[in-house]
Amino acid sequence: MKADTVKKIDVKNEEQEVIGVWKMVWDNFKKNKLALFGLIIISILSLLVFIGPYISPYERDSVNLINAEQAPSLKHLLGTDELGRDYFTRILHGGQISLRVGLFSVGVSLILGILFGGLSGYYGGWIDNILMRFAEIIYSFPFLPLAITLSAIIGTRVSPQNKMYMVMLIIGVLRFPGLARMIRGQILTLREQEFMQAATALGLSDTRKIFRHLIPNTFAYIIVNATLGVAGAILSESSLSFLGLGVVPPIPTWGNMVTYATRSHVLKNMPWLWIPPGLCIFLAVMSINLIGDGLRDAIDPKSNR
Amino acid sequence: MLKYIFRRLIQMIPVIIVISILLFCLVKAMPGDPVRAYLGVNSKVSPEIKEKLMSDLGLDQPMHIQYFMWLKRMANGDFGESIQYKRPVSEVVGDFLWNTFLLKIVVFILAFGISIPIGIICAVKQYSKTDNFWTVFSLIGISMPSFFFGLLLIFAFAVNFRLFPISGMVTPGTDYTGLEYVLDMAKHMVLPVTVLTISSLASLVRYIRNSMLEVVKQDYIRTARSKGLGEKIVIYKHAFRNALIPIVTLIGIWIPFLFTGSVITEKVFVWPGIGRVLYEGVIMRDYNLIMTLNMLFALLMLMGNLLQDIGYAIVDPRVKVE
Repeated sequence: MKADTVKKIDVKNEEQEVIGVWKMVWDNFKKNKLALFGLIIISILSLLVFIGPYISPYERDSVNLINAEQAPSLKHLLGTDELGRDYFTRILHGGQISLRVGLFSVGVSLILGILFGGLSGYYGGWIDNILMRFAEIIYSFPFLPLAITLSAIIGTRVSPQNKMYMVMLIIGVLRFPGLARMIRGQILTLREQEFMQAATALGLSDTRKIFRHLIPNTFAYIIVNATLGVAGAILSESSLSFLGLGVVPPIPTWGNMVTYATRSHVLKNMPWLWIPPGLCIFLAVMSINLIGDGLRDAIDPKSNR
Repeated sequence: MLKYIFRRLIQMIPVIIVISILLFCLVKAMPGDPVRAYLGVNSKVSPEIKEKLMSDLGLDQPMHIQYFMWLKRMANGDFGESIQYKRPVSEVVGDFLWNTFLLKIVVFILAFGISIPIGIICAVKQYSKTDNFWTVFSLIGISMPSFFFGLLLIFAFAVNFRLFPISGMVTPGTDYTGLEYVLDMAKHMVLPVTVLTISSLASLVRYIRNSMLEVVKQDYIRTARSKGLGEKIVIYKHAFRNALIPIVTLIGIWIPFLFTGSVITEKVFVWPGIGRVLYEGVIMRDYNLIMTLNMLFALLMLMGNLLQDIGYAIVDPRVKVE
């Protein structure tokens, strides 16, 4: 009975403390006006692109050649493209894909980064050597040249519908080494601390020690890194798609919609076809960067801004 | 020091070998029949001739033998022929590399020339108006997709106000020489240089500001101030020297980028550099060209890393090269 109460109190304290850390982060975050501004913008954008397509009266791919290349009007907020598709609706769909690719490619990086960083930081020795050499090799290529090369090689075997997944994989794999290095560095210092001695004394397995005790202690850094990573991934996707080596039409993304501007009459006379998607990329990336910076400062008050 | 450089070079060898194996596997994974590519797509040849060609090109050998043959050719400077340009890859790369270098060296000088003083000012006057302006500037620069920025500049300054040419490196059909040629090229360079400089400035200013801030907060700076040294001497003589260390790292990172093209900017402005050659190679499936360029870029990055570490050891006496 007595032991029970003690346990309960312990649990309660622990919970309070856990909430305490994140509450502190949130309190710090709230004070940062720029970060809040970013949060608001990305929330609005996300609502628009994830709910908007269901409200829009137009289909993403419904071709209407009689209506082609119309200027913006009340009926078509951003006009229509050369196949008469409502452009505003396509921007909403495109945004959904751009944001999804950004999120999922960071997901891929996270899985690889946690696995590589966790294992090489914990075990050290030859495992560390092999895993980190591998990461270093990927690191030693400039991003875009290798990405377009891979996209060209893999792309011929992938249908336009599945290009999106290919892009997620390419960006995720090419961007994971930075994350892996960061996690490894953190774990190298964490594993020498006393709580790890306690974990060893309790006889916990290596997997449990790595993934339940070490990795959770790096979450703060992982979250900041991943947030900024989403911004980077959205930029990378848009660049690849702009070059025609990422997600390709008929699937719209903000990146491949800016490609219209490479036709000189569109660039000159129909700015509503390429400026809005470009601005959307800029806004999305900027607001995510703001959130990432805000989180970093909230978590680590020692940082310079 | 020499011993250290030598050891680093030796350490690089396994990495280079693995990179070359990976690239070789990529070549082999590429779709398309190399004999067909060699003869041209529409050629009709009998199976016997095809087989003879296969054995002449060594394509009937097992994979690992093929790899060593490929490596041997690469080591001898024979990178094969570019399908697109009908010329040896090494010549094509040599031609276009300089156009990229020309663009990048201007960007390099401008970006470092501007960002070092600005980074220092922002750190010394933290949270001042200047500092806040550059913080916002950095944020915008980092978040702006370079292709969109390039297109906006073309739209504004080349299409609407015809101040600068839309694309290319020299005006086609003209035959300028001497100063006129240089001026014409400079005019073509303004917009791409602007795009590249602004996007580099964004991250450089932030980086230099932060590394300077770290130094300014250290004890020895307070000592320098308290013994009555002027603010200028404290900042430029005491603080800046130590802030230089991370800047040297940055320059090391930058050196390989002088030669790796910026695919996007070169494509948007139709600048005949190595990035655009790579992009067109990828579109045209010009495999020899793609592989050579990727190998070159990887080697440059590795050399950049080495230079960075050497630079580090030279500027910072605390770094032990052993």
